[in-house]
Amino acid sequence: MAVLVYTENWDGKFKKLSFELASYASKVAEMLNTNSVALSIGKTEAGELEKLGNYGVNKIINAQGEGLDKLDNQVFTKVIADFARKEGATVILLANNNTGKALAPRLSVNLKAGIGSGVSKLPLSTSPFVVYKRAYSGNAFAKLQIKTDIRIITLAQNSFELIEKNASASIENETVQVDKSMVKTHVQEVQKQSGKVLLTDADIVVSGGRGMKSPDNWAPLVELADLLGAATACSRPVSDEGWRGHEEHTGQTGKIIAPNLYFAIGISGATQHLAGVSSSKYIVAVNTDKDAPVFEAAQYGIVGDAQKVLPKLVEAVKEIKSK
Amino acid sequence: MKILVCISNVPDTTTRVRFVDDFKKLDASGIQWVINPWDELSLTRALELKDDASTGVKSVTVAHVGPASAEPTIRKALAIGADDAIRVNAEPADAYYVASQLAEVVKTEQFDMIMCGIESSDHNGSTVGGMLSELLNFPSVSAVSNLKIENGQVVINREIDGGKETVLVPTPVVVVVQKGIAKEPRIAAMRGIMMARTKPIKVLEPLAVDTLTEVAGYEMPQPRAACKFIDAENPKQLIDMLQNEAKVL
Repeated sequence: MAVLVYTENWDGKFKKLSFELASYASKVAEMLNTNSVALSIGKTEAGELEKLGNYGVNKIINAQGEGLDKLDNQVFTKVIADFARKEGATVILLANNNTGKALAPRLSVNLKAGIGSGVSKLPLSTSPFVVYKRAYSGNAFAKLQIKTDIRIITLAQNSFELIEKNASASIENETVQVDKSMVKTHVQEVQKQSGKVLLTDADIVVSGGRGMKSPDNWAPLVELADLLGAATACSRPVSDEGWRGHEEHTGQTGKIIAPNLYFAIGISGATQHLAGVSSSKYIVAVNTDKDAPVFEAAQYGIVGDAQKVLPKLVEAVKEIKSK
Repeated sequence: MKILVCISNVPDTTTRVRFVDDFKKLDASGIQWVINPWDELSLTRALELKDDASTGVKSVTVAHVGPASAEPTIRKALAIGADDAIRVNAEPADAYYVASQLAEVVKTEQFDMIMCGIESSDHNGSTVGGMLSELLNFPSVSAVSNLKIENGQVVINREIDGGKETVLVPTPVVVVVQKGIAKEPRIAAMRGIMMARTKPIKVLEPLAVDTLTEVAGYEMPQPRAACKFIDAENPKQLIDMLQNEAKVL
């Protein structure tokens, strides 16, 4: 028995999400009286694997091999499933991000394991095995019973506190032979945004809506985000109009995020928008209409025009940063 | 090339959901049912590909697993422009059950590209498309925000953390699509609505498949504390509260 957690790396590095996964896996292992094992696939920078041990996993499998540097869903599913069988894993944990969403359902069929996705808490019970997950796009939560002996969980980002243990884990190096004919996904080109805080990783997000009135008015919003080390985001009408890119759209059909602090600037707060941000710990709303639904979701509000309020916010943040 | 678009029937996205039977079941009274938003975008993109003769797309079929009460949603997909539809006559019991029914549809009818939305807005599982690909042993690409067919090859943009990758995949393939795949959902025109009445919906009986999961109950989100309003002339006070009261700065 074991809890197996797939810890993806980004250009050889782990990030907060990886440590959230390791912390969660080690807690679930405690609940099941078993060990937690992290699986890393592909090259990582020196010293990175050791960091996972800090968050309580007992063992780290370092799987290397040709053909593992780019994600092919079939290849990665086979690698994870093989290690899951070898370790006798009864729980397999992945992130509820693009990679996790691509692999978890394939693993579910491969291992005949029920899946609870977008889980935001520890399992409510282990016998029966019940997880707590988002449902109806954030308008409800479901208690989902997974009936199979092996269970797959995908963990919602920013939903689980890191638990540092100051421990270390053993590292096992494994060489994986990839059957080249199995690789069907051929990556032609990679485009990366550099130097920007990723929306899904950000602790603070500053988001603009139609109340910003024009794409030319974004400078103070971006300045505020830069000062706070925050990511920028927008509402659906803004991305539909092409004022900002689709990758910034937060809401039901865009990105679902859960930062510590979300600034909704000039966003009225339609149900579909709030569905994407309602898991934020704090929401600040700035809107000219005091009856806008966004104020029902916010803890702090300013009734006012975004163009007048933003420069003042920028000044106030500069002041505290200078202290 | 034959495309299959899998569609889910979900409550309208503005629905304020309520539950009955001690929070075990959705209260369906008064709910307006619609095509799952991502599936609607997926259908739109499939039809755009078919409109372009150079892609070689010959037909776009929609498949749905659900009871007869879902037929208005299927008719809507036909009115938007799908050529025909297949409905597996069963309650969509869980993701594995649904994916297994769809796999059977693909095996008997033979499609080259199967398109699924990244999630359904009711169960938020993000699972059916991936499961379907593994059941069929087809390649899959997820988080697809752009899809073209060039020289018989499927050219895809998939979103990765902090960027995009352009990938090529052979058919048959399952693509799981998200925001960006089509600009706006195509709307049914009057002519489409008239034509949809006579388009065929093939009804299949389900395979016997065990479910892997079961909803034990639902909960409503905790109500948030009332909003504290700060004077628009004094945003400094807000920053101060975020720093010292909420402790998030």
